[in-house]
Amino acid sequence: MSGREAILAKVRASLKAQPEDGPRLAAVERRMAKPPRGVIPARGQLSPEGRVELFASLAEKFATTVARVRDPADVPEAVAAYLRSRNLPSAIRLGADKRLAGMPWQGQRAMEVRTGPSDGNDEAGVSHAFAAVAETGTLVLVSGRDNPSTVNFLPEHHIVVLNAGDVDGDLETALAKVRKSFGRGKMPRTVNLITGPSRSGDIEQKIILGAHGPRALHVILVGA
Amino acid sequence: MQITSPEFKANSRAALADAQLQKALVNVRTGFIEKRQKAVDALPEFDRLRDSARDIKNHVLENLDLYLEAYEKKVVQSGGHVHWAQTAEDARGAILDICRKANARVVTKGKSMITEEIALNDFLESHGITPVETDLGEYIIQLRGEHPSHIIAPAVHLNKEQVEEDFRRVHDHLAPGRDLSEPEALLGEARRVLRSRYFEADVGITGANFLVAETGTSIIVTNEGNGDLTQILPRVHIVVASIEKIVPTLEDASQVLRVLARSATGQDMSVYTTLSTGPRRATDVDGPDEYHVILLDNGRSAMLGTEFQDMLRCIRCGACMNHCPVYHAVGGHAYGWVYPGPMGAVLTPSLIGVAKGGHLPNASTFCGRCESVCPMKIPLPRMMRHWREREFERGLNPGVARYGLSFWAFFARRPKLYRLASAIGIPLLSFATFGRKRLAWLPFAGGWTKFRDLPMPESRTFMQQFRDRDATTKQAAR
Repeated sequence: MSGREAILAKVRASLKAQPEDGPRLAAVERRMAKPPRGVIPARGQLSPEGRVELFASLAEKFATTVARVRDPADVPEAVAAYLRSRNLPSAIRLGADKRLAGMPWQGQRAMEVRTGPSDGNDEAGVSHAFAAVAETGTLVLVSGRDNPSTVNFLPEHHIVVLNAGDVDGDLETALAKVRKSFGRGKMPRTVNLITGPSRSGDIEQKIILGAHGPRALHVILVGA
Repeated sequence: MQITSPEFKANSRAALADAQLQKALVNVRTGFIEKRQKAVDALPEFDRLRDSARDIKNHVLENLDLYLEAYEKKVVQSGGHVHWAQTAEDARGAILDICRKANARVVTKGKSMITEEIALNDFLESHGITPVETDLGEYIIQLRGEHPSHIIAPAVHLNKEQVEEDFRRVHDHLAPGRDLSEPEALLGEARRVLRSRYFEADVGITGANFLVAETGTSIIVTNEGNGDLTQILPRVHIVVASIEKIVPTLEDASQVLRVLARSATGQDMSVYTTLSTGPRRATDVDGPDEYHVILLDNGRSAMLGTEFQDMLRCIRCGACMNHCPVYHAVGGHAYGWVYPGPMGAVLTPSLIGVAKGGHLPNASTFCGRCESVCPMKIPLPRMMRHWREREFERGLNPGVARYGLSFWAFFARRPKLYRLASAIGIPLLSFATFGRKRLAWLPFAGGWTKFRDLPMPESRTFMQQFRDRDATTKQAAR
């Protein structure tokens, strides 16, 4: 008997269950096809403006910095301002995201824009968020050519562009949006839920920012 | 790893006398408890979420076979591979096969208790593969040749001076004048050393906090980002997870995630919650070419349908040990195997047998704090009691305890005799102590009185006092 058959047989023996158990199977399939929504915290169930404010205040509480611009065309200037404020070289790494590509980077003449996945030699990476979660100040990023996951983790500074209209109240809503966008039962290779810059408390429980991922996380909120 | 659970008593004695350990344990008693309380207080729905999380896992466990099949189907559909492992040995074998096929020489690892359970590091080393722990705490204890003393804070038993000493010993490139006295400097040093290791590794191994049946997704929850670098940079990603990690859907994962970080570190969300589904796609420019899941049973299927089934709801947050007076006193290593604290006291006998793990369920004051903070509402004290019963039934506990209990049980089953005996015994005891309020020494109980005094009972029994009080209250009511 293979390991698979042996484990399933043991589980069924312990549960006193049969493999072809119609009602049980129906219950399981029903749950996966139509997931119950569960308990949703009231704190994120706000108007679109309220969600943006809650997202920003919680993100800041967890050591993310937040800047706001009115229009996507203002993003390159906001990125340049961030780099200057941190005394960083004027260079960024970004993926093939059309929203980012459509921004007027040529206006920042001194800025070097590298595209593609990060090789570990970038000071700053720029990603576009898929969504955000107000209840915890969390960013939702999906992997792919547009926003390679290495950009989220290798650069010292991670800058994330977020449309104010993409801020959801709760985690379930944000993940349901991933499902809707990629199809039921399908997922992008990676979904990164990011709440603040990397940190560790492993030495004497003292929280220090900048463990293995970015030392700093900066959100540029567009349209808020 | 060497199992020292049978020596729990000797381990505890050593732990209590260890000044460095006692200093470090203060961090557990203060930090974790306050942070959790603050996070819980800030979420009015917390208790309802605990019920929701408990019900989700109960539903999964009742249908585990079907969810495992559904999960496997989705992993395969997304291009991944599932390897079923009945035992630790099976799991190690499957991992070695994958590593060999990948010609792996260096393997990076995200923090994972399950790879501790299967003693993976020693095994890989003995086959010429170098495992590199990348979580800061795990990295530190790997340098020391130790094992985690806490399931989410593996190096919580250490102080910064000890870490500095280890870094100076192992990182031979360090200039002697370099200041490493603060945790910031130590973290910076570890970050620098480990960065190159991520790129060097051929295979990255992580655990999983959840496996989502609906999508074939594995989820890891970390703060450092090491788990992510471990799984996106090498060519091969191996997820090692036990069978009970399944949740049905993304919604269910969301429910449990809400109680996980709050119970563990007091965060609303951990910094990185990462959902991984299959290997690199045609549309990806990074990520692993291969994605493997090792599904480990290792005794868990036998817990289903028994009084220990509820333990399989555990999400490894560590809240039970953070709130346990026994853990506070002796730390995690005293428990002698992988899982310490109350969850370890219940799980260890299930996984390695009550003959070896029988001391652990006895290492409890039954204060009930573990159950009261458990996000999955696992009745830990009740299950420790079940283990004590089994230990007693199998005659595994020492003679003195057995005869003492039988002696007591003889009276306890005969209330009249019990009352009579205590009515005689108690005045006798206070007479024999010449009116002293405490006894510093008792015959046959020197081990107990060595560390504390026995307060003397009141001169009258509880039943006598109760009868009087009852009469007085009735009189007053009249």
